[in-house]
Amino acid sequence: MPPAPCAICETNRALILRPKNHQKLCKTCFINVFETEIHNTIISNKLFSRGEKVAIGASGGKDSTVLASVLKTLNERYDYGVKLMLLSIDEGIKGYRDDSLETVKRNAQQYDMPLTIVGYDELYGWTMDQVVEQVGKKGNCTYCGVFRRQALDRGAATLGVRHVVTGHNADDIAETVLMNLLRGDLPRLSRTTSIITSTPSASVSDDPNSHTNIKRSKPLKYAYEKEIVLYAHHKSLDYFSTECIYSPEAFRGSARALIKNLERVRPSAILDVVRSGEDMGKLVPGASNSCAGECGGKSQVLEEEVGGCGSSNSSALGGEMAALDKQFGHNEAAEMDVLETEIRLKPKSPGQENGRDISKELRRPKNSRSKNAPTIEKKSIRQVMGQCSRCGYLSSQAICKACMLLEGLNKNRPRTMVVGE
Amino acid sequence: MASDTISITVEFTGGLELLFGNKKKHTVSLPGASKTKNPDITFLVNHLCENLMQDSRRELFVLDGGVRPGILVLINDADWELEGEEKYELQSGDHVLFVSTLHGG
Repeated sequence: MPPAPCAICETNRALILRPKNHQKLCKTCFINVFETEIHNTIISNKLFSRGEKVAIGASGGKDSTVLASVLKTLNERYDYGVKLMLLSIDEGIKGYRDDSLETVKRNAQQYDMPLTIVGYDELYGWTMDQVVEQVGKKGNCTYCGVFRRQALDRGAATLGVRHVVTGHNADDIAETVLMNLLRGDLPRLSRTTSIITSTPSASVSDDPNSHTNIKRSKPLKYAYEKEIVLYAHHKSLDYFSTECIYSPEAFRGSARALIKNLERVRPSAILDVVRSGEDMGKLVPGASNSCAGECGGKSQVLEEEVGGCGSSNSSALGGEMAALDKQFGHNEAAEMDVLETEIRLKPKSPGQENGRDISKELRRPKNSRSKNAPTIEKKSIRQVMGQCSRCGYLSSQAICKACMLLEGLNKNRPRTMVVGE
Repeated sequence: MASDTISITVEFTGGLELLFGNKKKHTVSLPGASKTKNPDITFLVNHLCENLMQDSRRELFVLDGGVRPGILVLINDADWELEGEEKYELQSGDHVLFVSTLHGG
C-alpha cells in the first residue's frame, strides 16, 4: 500500500486516521487539529474567563495528562489568562494510586504547574484499602465515587479555586449515555451529557470559601479516546496506565466493550451517541438543570469518575445510589416540585403545551448558568437544597451521602447502608 | 523473497505490557516468507499469543480472532488502518506498537 499523504499539508506521510471523519493526517497536522478542536470547544462553550484559577483533576492517566498538556499549550497560545494547577486525589490504594501519583508529580514539573494532593485518609479517616478491607471489593466504588466528588471540591476550595476541569472524553460520555439508557435513567442521562455542571449554590452561597459551589467542566468531551491516546503517543507524554485494582465493574465494562465494537464498525458512532445523549437530555423535562444542585451536582459525579478509575469504576453506583436515594425518598419528590414550580411560574409564552418547549424553558438556567440565574430557579433550589449538618457539604438531606457512608463504615456495619433494597 | 527469519520490534503500552511480563519492548523473530508472502499482522498476533504472552487472559489482547477493539495498532508509527490492518505484510526492521486505550484515565 503506497503511503498516503496528509490531507491538510499534502506533504508529509499520513500517520493518523481520524475516527470522526476518516481524515488522514500527518503527525504535525494531527496535533494541531486536535488542539484547535479543543480550543473551539472551550471558546464556544465559554468554559474559561480571564483571571480564573482552574484546577485540573489529575490522576496521572492518559486523559488528565493530555488535558493538562493541551490546556497549558492553549493557555499560552491563545492567552486565555487562566491560572492552571493540578489537583490529585489520593484514594489510598497501594500499588495503584501511589504509583500514578508519582506520574502526576512528574507532570507538575513537566508542565510547571503547582500540584495539590488531597487524601481520603486525611479527609475521611479511611483509605480505600481500609474501606475494601471492611466492605469487600463489591460496591466499594460507591464509596470511592462519593468520596472523590467531595474531595475534589474540598481540594479546590482550599486552593481558592472555583473551577475544576476533568479529562472525561467522548468515549466516556458515550458509555455513560448508554448505561443510563440501559438503566432507564433519562434524568441522569441529561445531566451527564452537559459540558459544564455547576452546583446552583454558586448563586445561593456568598461564602467564597464554600466548597459547595465549584464549577466542573469537561473540555475533552468531544475528543475520541483513540485520539487522546495518539496525541499522548505522538507528543511522548508521560502517563500512567494501570487499571485500578478494585475495579471489576461489569456493567460499565460491557457498555465500554459495546462502544469499542461499534467504533470498529462505524467510527462516528461515539460522537453520534454523545450527540443523541445531548438531544435526549433536552427532551427530559425538569431533569436538565433545575435540580442540578441536588441531583446534578452530586450524583453526576457518581456517574462519571475523575481520573484513574474513570474508565471502569462507577457502574454499580447508579443502582446503589438510587437505592440510597429511595431510602431517603426525597429526590423524586424534590425533582417534581421543581418541575411544577417552573411550569407554573412560566405559563405565559405560547406553545408551551408542547413538551419540547417546556424543556427548553427549563433548560434556560443552565445556559445562563451564572450568578444571574433567574430568581425562579433560586427559589426552587432553595426548596431542595441544604447543607449536610455534619460536614456542611451540599445536600438535600440532613446528612450528605459521604457522611452516611462514613457513618456506616464507622459503625462497622456498612452493608446496611449500601445494600439497602 | 527472503526465506530466512525477519526480525521486528514489538512494543506494548497503555497497560498491555502487563500481559507480556511487564516488559514493553520486545525483539521478535518471525519465520520469513517461505512462499511468496511475508508474515502479516494476523500471523504476528498469533505468534505473540503463543510465544510471548505470559498471562493466560488471552481475551484481553485478542477477541474473535482479531486484535481486541480498543487496542490501537501502530505500524512504524502509522495507524494500522492506513496500512491494511491484519493484512499488512511485515518487513524486517518494522516497529509494531500495541497501545491499549482501555485502561485508566
